[in-house]
Amino acid sequence: MNLFASQIVDGLADGAIYASLALALVFSYRSTGIVNFAQGEMAMLSAYLVWQLMAWGMPLVPAALVSIVVSFIAGALLYATIVKPLSHASLLTVVSVLIGLYLALNSLAGFLWTYTIKALPSLFPKAHLQLGSFTVSAETAGIIAVVGVVLLLLYLLFETTKVGLAMRGAASTPDSAILVGVSVPVMLLIGWGIAAALGALSGILVAPRVFLNPTMMFGVIIYAFAAATLGGFDSVVGAVVGGLLVGVVENLVGTYIPWIGPDLKIIVALVLIFGTLLVKPDGLFGRKKVVRL
Amino acid sequence: MSLLSIKGMQAGYGARSVLHGIDLDVEERQIQVVLGANGAGKTSLLRAISGTIAREGTVMFDGARIDGLPARKIVATGVAHVPQGRGTFADLTVDENIRLGAYLRSGAEERQDRERWLTFFPRLRERLSQQAGSLSGGEQQMLAIARALMLRPRLLLLDEPSLGLAPIITQGLFKTLAAIREETGMTMLIVEQSANLALEIADSGVVLESGQIVLRDTARNLAGNDEVRRIYLGYE
Repeated sequence: MNLFASQIVDGLADGAIYASLALALVFSYRSTGIVNFAQGEMAMLSAYLVWQLMAWGMPLVPAALVSIVVSFIAGALLYATIVKPLSHASLLTVVSVLIGLYLALNSLAGFLWTYTIKALPSLFPKAHLQLGSFTVSAETAGIIAVVGVVLLLLYLLFETTKVGLAMRGAASTPDSAILVGVSVPVMLLIGWGIAAALGALSGILVAPRVFLNPTMMFGVIIYAFAAATLGGFDSVVGAVVGGLLVGVVENLVGTYIPWIGPDLKIIVALVLIFGTLLVKPDGLFGRKKVVRL
Repeated sequence: MSLLSIKGMQAGYGARSVLHGIDLDVEERQIQVVLGANGAGKTSLLRAISGTIAREGTVMFDGARIDGLPARKIVATGVAHVPQGRGTFADLTVDENIRLGAYLRSGAEERQDRERWLTFFPRLRERLSQQAGSLSGGEQQMLAIARALMLRPRLLLLDEPSLGLAPIITQGLFKTLAAIREETGMTMLIVEQSANLALEIADSGVVLESGQIVLRDTARNLAGNDEVRRIYLGYE
């Protein structure tokens, strides 16, 4: 029973990481209708930036914060220089460019930092928290807490501030947003910035668990895609619930179904994506596109 | 001096020109109605004023040229456009739609105006937390107008507010528009197919045909004009 509970909690920690990357995918998708295939590689570079800053002598926490801010700016720049100029291009063009960006960023990391794995220290101490008979590692609890706080801040931004409301308006009906005086490109720029910052958070949280290397986000981005698909690609709540579900299911399946084990766990993600698209293509929380005439 | 003064306006979509040299003045505190058949260029005229399509010619608003400004800047000068099909934020709640209308205003102005316009549109008050996309056509039109008014505009451009509404709803809507003008002196330029109701509350009007103004007169004279009666008011 205790193994089961601890697998669930570990799953929630993994799921919180998937959720933040899935949210990054959802934010870019909701605002511009584009799935950023390079989101995972951007997150990987953010994690490398933390390592580099530490190599230059900066302590971990400030380095992580600097990396998240730099990632926000990089995400905004990506929108301004690549995504916005392509806003009238065909979907295939945009997908090709973003996959190209994926490969370019991956090679850039290899060029700058080589393909040898590096260790990024965890933000959390190697301690364990004892809750009655139940033990949870400080890292697991810390990841869940950090992602929880970030989600709360995002909720407050979008639900209680004027700029958050304007961002939602610009994403939902850009033509009308212009007519109330909102600068739509600025809102989308902020949206892509927030997406990159969320991606950076996922990269920084996952790096200590998988070691730093240019392909470290490969597994995570697949799970994030599964989470976003399961939750519904246009749903913020869906991305979070989807992320947590994927994390828990992945852990339980890896533990209790022996022939899958840790090696074939990635299959879980593909089955989830495929199953969702077959059974409920809009996801659990996605909106069906209904047009009222 | 007119609040809005248009000289030689040309506009269109890409190479296809829709408006051919429009001259139009709208006086402060007046309601002017634009009549015309489908495809005459009524919607294009409003969109050219609000800067949401490419246009040439001079547009003076409140003494300043606005024809070179992008749509977002024209909004900031005090021109509110309620587009055809209403253009509410379907994903947002009614309350959020109203608050977003005051995006360029201060928080205090927002709270004050929200109360004020909700008294004109009591139906919206009952539906504040509902998603705008789930409202009926009439309620969506009220919401679109309320949202436009939250901007504190000097000029309200209304594109076929009666489109898709039952006659009784349209009547109520025009009554409300008349009441708003009565109380606030809001200047309005209304494009309308329901010429009868529109001419009832308007001061003056123009008839648009193939992108040109072919007739301009007071609302009373237009309502009595035989040709207008035959073509737009349905009298034989």
